[in-house]
Amino acid sequence: MNLSAGWIIFYLLVFPGFLFTTVVGLVYVWVDRKVTARVQFRVGPPFLQPFFDFFKLLGKDTFVPEGAPRSIFFGAPILGLASVSILSTVLLVSNFFPSQAFGGDLIVVLYLFAFIPIILIMGASASSNPISALGGSREMTLYLAYELPLLFALATIIVKSGGQLKIGDLLNWQWANRPFLYSVSGAFAFVSAFLCIQAKMGFVPFDIAEAETEIMGGIVIEHSGPVLGVLKLTKAMLYFVVSIFLTIFFWGGFRMPVKGEWWHIFGWLKPIAILVLMVLIKNTNPRLRVDQALRFFWSIVLALSVIGFILAAVARSAQTPILWL
Amino acid sequence: MLKGIKKGALTRSLWVYHVAASPCNNCDIEILDLLTPRFDVERFGILLTGSPRHADLLLVTGMVNKKVLDRVLRVYAETPKPCVVAAFGSCAISGDLFVDSYNFAGPLDKHIPVDVYIGGCPPKPEAMILGVVRAIEKVKKLKDL
Ligand code: SF4
Repeated sequence: MNLSAGWIIFYLLVFPGFLFTTVVGLVYVWVDRKVTARVQFRVGPPFLQPFFDFFKLLGKDTFVPEGAPRSIFFGAPILGLASVSILSTVLLVSNFFPSQAFGGDLIVVLYLFAFIPIILIMGASASSNPISALGGSREMTLYLAYELPLLFALATIIVKSGGQLKIGDLLNWQWANRPFLYSVSGAFAFVSAFLCIQAKMGFVPFDIAEAETEIMGGIVIEHSGPVLGVLKLTKAMLYFVVSIFLTIFFWGGFRMPVKGEWWHIFGWLKPIAILVLMVLIKNTNPRLRVDQALRFFWSIVLALSVIGFILAAVARSAQTPILWL
Repeated sequence: MLKGIKKGALTRSLWVYHVAASPCNNCDIEILDLLTPRFDVERFGILLTGSPRHADLLLVTGMVNKKVLDRVLRVYAETPKPCVVAAFGSCAISGDLFVDSYNFAGPLDKHIPVDVYIGGCPPKPEAMILGVVRAIEKVKKLKDL
């Protein structure tokens, strides 16, 4: 960890940070909308649509609602954008340049992940609209629902790899042995983490905080123009970040299980596959109520992740760690 | 250059907010036709939004009556500019069969500037698409961008 300041700024702002994540994130939004359209037998938007939307929002007026604290109303989206950029930088740097990652980056990733719903809640409550306050409180409940299973799922893979807290080390372990997904405990952990991510993204069946048809966008109802654009961009970048999050932690990163450097290009399809799976679930399910979601996460999903955790502990405590368990 | 980008992006991504100013509800149902597989206006970046704060195109349906007039004015004021307003259906254009009603507040363009008129009771989807095309042309001519 002896990077010059210039490189750190380059990592954060260009690749793999802000700029790169922006472009790929907007492409992922297009994948989402296109797949949704195809599921509904429609043609769907053109490839550049998310870019048009973003630039359009930058060119529009912004209203600050009466009684809204300006600092939080404008500050929250920017903080969100910054934290997603750092998140993607940390994740991708440890995937591509493992030697330049720092110890305990897993903890940083977890913190930043927790930071995003908090920012959304801040932005929502700063807009002094009862409906967005309702959305904010739902987001809070949902966050409390999925955070524990997500932590258990990550604890599972940490135990399985023998206590690695560095993303690079977790990846190395997966390349040396096998991806966590291809083992029983890892599969349990993956399923529960996947559902938690679905909730974190606010995808149906857990789009309770945004519920277009019920509370009209909830959290973002009062945001307009560039502020809305930045929030949408944060969301778009999050599309990419959560897909690589699952890929890196459970599916062995961008490497493919074959020999030869060029095959790894196809590793970029892995996060897209995860995204498409999320979108398909999103399109084939109805929305849950917030209490149903809470019950679902605290019973079924939590049970899945705890089972995975116990299996991983058992597999680890054997004399030679059992890889498939 | 910057203006060109802004304008180009706006014409390719019109988000629609649907203002129901006491319609008979038929126009509102017909609007949803445009989102169905047959017409699918998302191909051109058109989306229905739930909040006027996100809207670029206001579709006002129904005859504006005295009670709802305040709300229409307010929604118009709440919509971030630049935005386009469409009077949707004969009611919003002229009052249609409600012209003689005691509580008719006059055609929509008496109260807010209307850019596009989409006639019909309710308009056919083809007419709506023509309206959208006109709205896009209108955006291209907007000066205050
Ligand atoms: S124009 Fe016709 S269909 Fe539309 S709201 Fe008026 S009466 Fe109903």
